[in-house]
Amino acid sequence: MYTQGLDQGDKETQASAGTPEQLAAFQERIDAEEKIEAKDWMPEAYRRTLIRQISQHAHSEVIGMQPEGNWLTRAPSLKRKAILLAKVQDEGGHGLYLYSAAETLGISRDQMVADLLSGKAKYSSIFNYPTVNWADIGAIGWLVDGAAIMNQIPLCRCSYGPYARAMVRVCKEESFHQRQGYELLLTLCRGSAEQKAMAQDALNRWWWPSLMMFGPNDSESKHSAQSMAWKIKRFSNDELRQKFVDVTVQQAEFLGISVPDPDLKLDKKTGHYTFGEIDWQEFIDVIAGNGPCNKQRLEKRQKAHSDGEWVREAAQAYASKQAARAAA
Amino acid sequence: MSNDQALINYTLRLADNALILSQRMIELVAAAPELEEELANANFALDFIGQARLFYSYAGELEGKGRGEDDFAFMRDENEFCNLLLLEQPNGHFGDALVRQFLFEAFYGHLLDALTHCSDKGLAEIAARAIKEVKYHCRHSSQWLVRLGDGTELSHECVQVSLDDVWRYTGEMFVADEIDTAIQENIDGPDLGAIRALWKRDVEKTVAEATLRLPVDEWMASGGKQGQHSEHLGFMLAEMQYLQRSFPGETW
Repeated sequence: MYTQGLDQGDKETQASAGTPEQLAAFQERIDAEEKIEAKDWMPEAYRRTLIRQISQHAHSEVIGMQPEGNWLTRAPSLKRKAILLAKVQDEGGHGLYLYSAAETLGISRDQMVADLLSGKAKYSSIFNYPTVNWADIGAIGWLVDGAAIMNQIPLCRCSYGPYARAMVRVCKEESFHQRQGYELLLTLCRGSAEQKAMAQDALNRWWWPSLMMFGPNDSESKHSAQSMAWKIKRFSNDELRQKFVDVTVQQAEFLGISVPDPDLKLDKKTGHYTFGEIDWQEFIDVIAGNGPCNKQRLEKRQKAHSDGEWVREAAQAYASKQAARAAA
Repeated sequence: MSNDQALINYTLRLADNALILSQRMIELVAAAPELEEELANANFALDFIGQARLFYSYAGELEGKGRGEDDFAFMRDENEFCNLLLLEQPNGHFGDALVRQFLFEAFYGHLLDALTHCSDKGLAEIAARAIKEVKYHCRHSSQWLVRLGDGTELSHECVQVSLDDVWRYTGEMFVADEIDTAIQENIDGPDLGAIRALWKRDVEKTVAEATLRLPVDEWMASGGKQGQHSEHLGFMLAEMQYLQRSFPGETW
């Protein structure tokens, strides 16, 4: 899973340290498609942009465990329960992997977690929507992981080596999740009328938030140009969104359910689907903390952290005792 | 009870133990004290779901009435479940869940070991697979018990209370009833008396390392194996089974 909020947040990315010569040499390496590694010199703004992006991505994976975890105890078969649990576990694993990638840039996991818990750091707003019926689990796999893959495949070629390599592994698992989600919906759509209605209801609620995952329109995206120049980003938000719509509409047709957009139509000249206007006010509201589940998601994370404090302290105290015993 | 029926019932007990514990463990998803523990918990719960599926499928095969894993898991009522009472107890805090895990797995590992040597090929094969997973779980839960016991003053106190509170549910593991006896006699199955000695040895060793006090054996709860449960199980099943019960006969 993934975050659309990659372009949100830090307002100071234009301020970069380094001499003009250093900056020029750095850009030359980027242009030559060389990977930047943790110990290489990099402009401060490049480092900060990556920390923001990778940590938001990690937070999204961790928070993303909640909406799907919501159905673990109620999954309707043991096979589905196992598949869902494996997926949720994968997401935790992605979080761990991404926190490690961000740590190569000189920030600690503790700091990143503190920023998440205090509400300072963002995570993907898609996870602030509720999962209210079983088909939502399929819709998340199909649409949310589907959108994530569109965003993340180009990140496998990101100029920062540790992030690019992390993405290769993450993408493989996300593709698997996407197919599992689609297969879940296909089973429902081939089932009873009630089951098909669950799938339609899920598509109705997840379609627009999924399109928002690609971030603001290109004209509004404030960090895109610099990120493109640094080859952190390879395609614009609108390009990726269009690609997603083109692929996904046909998949919905195969399922036999309707995309909830009366303006959606195939432009025969371009071969692309045109679609209706996204409700950007909703997007802004959810990012600002006013989505259906923002408060709940963050509070659950805060509670897990504070409930676990005595456990972490015990582990730390035990490790210190062991070290002292070994030294004695 | 016929020998065949005893084997089916015994297999269902093993399946129910694995399923009910995994269901409790997945309630803990997204609530672990560290991300690493989050992954460990999910991983172990997945192992138990996998074991439950194998045991249920085997029970269905033995029964020969066309029931599959989901029929057993989702379409039986509370009094048909025969898991240990220990496993349906609510999670409580990290230490409570950990102690439940530790005490059960210390038993389950030896039980599976004995089953790998039994004369029923089906059970022996599943046990041989499961024991690899459970040995690793045991190491993990033992290490955590030691960390908490020998960690801070607070963690020591917390986990001592967890141990004292849950101790009353450990007796049931070792009380052999008609089915346990039949399994021991018919297929050279586990001797619960011998397993108790091994369990006690292991538990005492880890509890001592954790600087904790072993609770005294007093009154022990029982009945889970025979389908008499605490009030907790009904709520678990209501949640777990609701989709299958609301839309019976559908494919998911």
